[in-house]
Amino acid sequence: MTAPLTAGLLLVALAAVPLLGPPDYLMHVLITVLLTALAGTGWAMMGRYGLVSFGHGAFLGIAAYTMALLWNEAGLTPWLGIPIGMGVAVLAGMLLAYPAFKLRVVGHYFALVTLAAGEIVRILIVAMREHTGGSLGLTPAKPPPGAGWLAMQFDKTGFWYIALIAWALGLVCWFLLDRSMSSRALAAISEDEDAAASIGIRVTSEKMKVTVISVALAALAGALTAQYRQYLNPESLAGLGISLQIVFGAIAGGMYAPIGPTIGAAITIGLEEGLRIFFGTELTGAAPLVYGLLLVMFMLFMPRGIAGLFERRAQRRATPAPAAAE
Amino acid sequence: MDPFLLEALVNGILLGGVFALPVLGLNLVFGVVDVVWLCYAELVMVGMYAVWFFYSQMGWPLPLAFAVCIGLVAVLGVLLHLLVVRPLLTQPPINQVLATGGVLFVLQGVATLIFSTEFRALGVDMPPMEVGEVFVSGTKLAAFGAALLGAGALWAFLKFTYVGTAIRAIARDREVMPLMGVDPQRIYLIASAIGGALAGLAACLLIVQLDVHPFVGLSFGPITFMICVMGGLGNMLGGFLAAFLMGLIISVGGFWGTTELSYVVAFAFFIVVMFIRPQGLFAR
Amino acid sequence: MEQASLSIDAVHAGYGDFQALFGVSLRVDPGEAVGVVGPNGAGKTTLLRVISGLIRPRSGNVRFAGQDLAKVPAHTLPALGIAHVPENRRLFPHLTVEENLRVGAFTAAARPHFEVRRDHVYTLFPRMKERRHQLAGTMSGGEQQMCAIGRALMSGPKILLLDEPSAGLAPLVVQQVFDLVRRIRQEGLTVLIVEQNVAQVLRVVDRAYVLETGRVAAEGASAALAADPVIRRSYLGGH
Repeated sequence: MTAPLTAGLLLVALAAVPLLGPPDYLMHVLITVLLTALAGTGWAMMGRYGLVSFGHGAFLGIAAYTMALLWNEAGLTPWLGIPIGMGVAVLAGMLLAYPAFKLRVVGHYFALVTLAAGEIVRILIVAMREHTGGSLGLTPAKPPPGAGWLAMQFDKTGFWYIALIAWALGLVCWFLLDRSMSSRALAAISEDEDAAASIGIRVTSEKMKVTVISVALAALAGALTAQYRQYLNPESLAGLGISLQIVFGAIAGGMYAPIGPTIGAAITIGLEEGLRIFFGTELTGAAPLVYGLLLVMFMLFMPRGIAGLFERRAQRRATPAPAAAE
Repeated sequence: MDPFLLEALVNGILLGGVFALPVLGLNLVFGVVDVVWLCYAELVMVGMYAVWFFYSQMGWPLPLAFAVCIGLVAVLGVLLHLLVVRPLLTQPPINQVLATGGVLFVLQGVATLIFSTEFRALGVDMPPMEVGEVFVSGTKLAAFGAALLGAGALWAFLKFTYVGTAIRAIARDREVMPLMGVDPQRIYLIASAIGGALAGLAACLLIVQLDVHPFVGLSFGPITFMICVMGGLGNMLGGFLAAFLMGLIISVGGFWGTTELSYVVAFAFFIVVMFIRPQGLFAR
Repeated sequence: MEQASLSIDAVHAGYGDFQALFGVSLRVDPGEAVGVVGPNGAGKTTLLRVISGLIRPRSGNVRFAGQDLAKVPAHTLPALGIAHVPENRRLFPHLTVEENLRVGAFTAAARPHFEVRRDHVYTLFPRMKERRHQLAGTMSGGEQQMCAIGRALMSGPKILLLDEPSAGLAPLVVQQVFDLVRRIRQEGLTVLIVEQNVAQVLRVVDRAYVLETGRVAAEGASAALAADPVIRRSYLGGH
């Protein structure tokens, strides 16, 4: 299979990008795309099996704030803080998901439960303002001189590699999941949960597995984003707004293909930046407007997203036209 | 009883009344068309801007502004159905929700473009009234009264008219409706218009107590959905009662803790209800 | 007589890849009572669904009073005079008996006659009058069947399509339902009944078609069919 080879070459090519000396702004945009893509990829791992979460922002926030608070108040390096933050997020996710799955909360209801959870996290972050700075936000403390490495406060090039590795990790998880028995089990579950259970699939267990991966990736994205920006605030790392953006990005790019959420992230960020360049701050509101229109268009004309277009063409080439009905 | 607690209870009921209208509208559309209008709160936002614009900027008398607002949002509901919902009726529900989510962004974007992100207030107020030992905002009381009237009118429509009875019927059995001469597409349009009108009415009630800005929908949208689901999606009476329950939880919670935490309590209550009785508190 | 005649010509119909009817033709003239019998899965319900427009035929046509039914939306059929009582009654369980009747009178032509027709339905089924404000879902199977037929009558139809009216009902109740059908017939209504209970239906109808695996296997006057040894063996318990 040439896929791993292509992937490997692509990765090497991407790793070499900073060597070409691109402008700082471009690097910033690309890093943001990668991290957003990571969040989207994590979300889509659940989303593609019908476990649509409208509260994934919560996991970004939990991990980010855990990491930042551990650094600011306990001096614990983000190298440890991030895994811990991911752990806390995963724990929270499992706490929410387990009863939901066990009690067969699905579809609309699951989406709304996750929405409520996301909002709870956002409100709690704001409520704990003595620690988190509330809506005004939080800035990680500056490290003692020479300890930049410890504080994980790198320059753009450094973060490029971190973001690249994290993003690649997300895709590796996707491929591993695809090749495992779980993906078949989950597909069966998403089609007919009762039928899947009756043939021996452990429904709750499989759903929990994919939830853990999904949450972990989103949490990683959140923590890294916070670390990169050196700024946290509840609106951008929790709550309905960011959760919906993740969802919409993944859907626009196509949540059934591994590269889909990345395409979606590229579109979303590209659109935001493009509109900002074009209109400056004159026409704020143009971005969500265009974004929203595109989303509606996508749903009307391309429900499987951009990646879906390629998917369909590839499928047609792979399977010969069926013989005429006898 | 502590008069402040009493006041919290009364305010809770008044708050519930305000939630009740969008909840009824959402439930109506969901029950009939089987689609969740994720952008419902944004329709209310449009209505709020309409009233503000016609009253504050154009100097129209308030009742006229109200009437035009209701009509406007009703038309918006119909357009939403025709342009976005109807083409997607055969697609999985998540696509429908996402499409209406797209409309959410569109409405927010348009509002920002036209009116900027400033908060706009109507500048209308009624003096507080004394009810027993409690002082209650006259505006809130009037809004509550109007909400009850709206809900009552809706109930009468559903109970006593042919179309209303058909709407109640179609919510349970869509397929047989043509056998009785009912065109489901027409019923969907009517339900969408009423859903929009209810959003418009809610806007009238809210603009007198709340400032409008493009993202005001995010402050009551999520709660509205949760109330709907708690009452049982599509269950009008359940949603109506759940609205008051939530209003009380938030208001009394705010009395004992901070307002913020009262929302956390309300959301947590919702999650627990979903675990225990996902079909809703009042499902049959 | 073309007027108010139902004619089905060489209809092929099905669901998706699955075909249920293969070139079925039949005819119901005004004032007649016609039965369509046959085993489970023969396509009887599909046939009625094609007539009332819930399914479009793949080929062939369905005409009533000269009007091609496939060309008009399903919900316009009651205005043309066709009323269909669906399989399993399909009442609205959360509405009262009278509200169910009201939905039956939804068409603009039917509304002015609501009170008159409703009272007529109550005359035909006095028990419905007793239960007029009771939720339809709380009634017994037989009562629900009466209510469903009453609902169909509210549109003032020229032809009544009945889908398996005896399904799930005790024999005594089935008897009552068919007595009702006889009384409706006496008032001049044309009736097409699809039924598995061959013995009962042959006593009510003038003619019948036998449908087997989507094709008309036999047809004739009820007396002739009832006497036919093949029919007796297959559907009438052989004696």
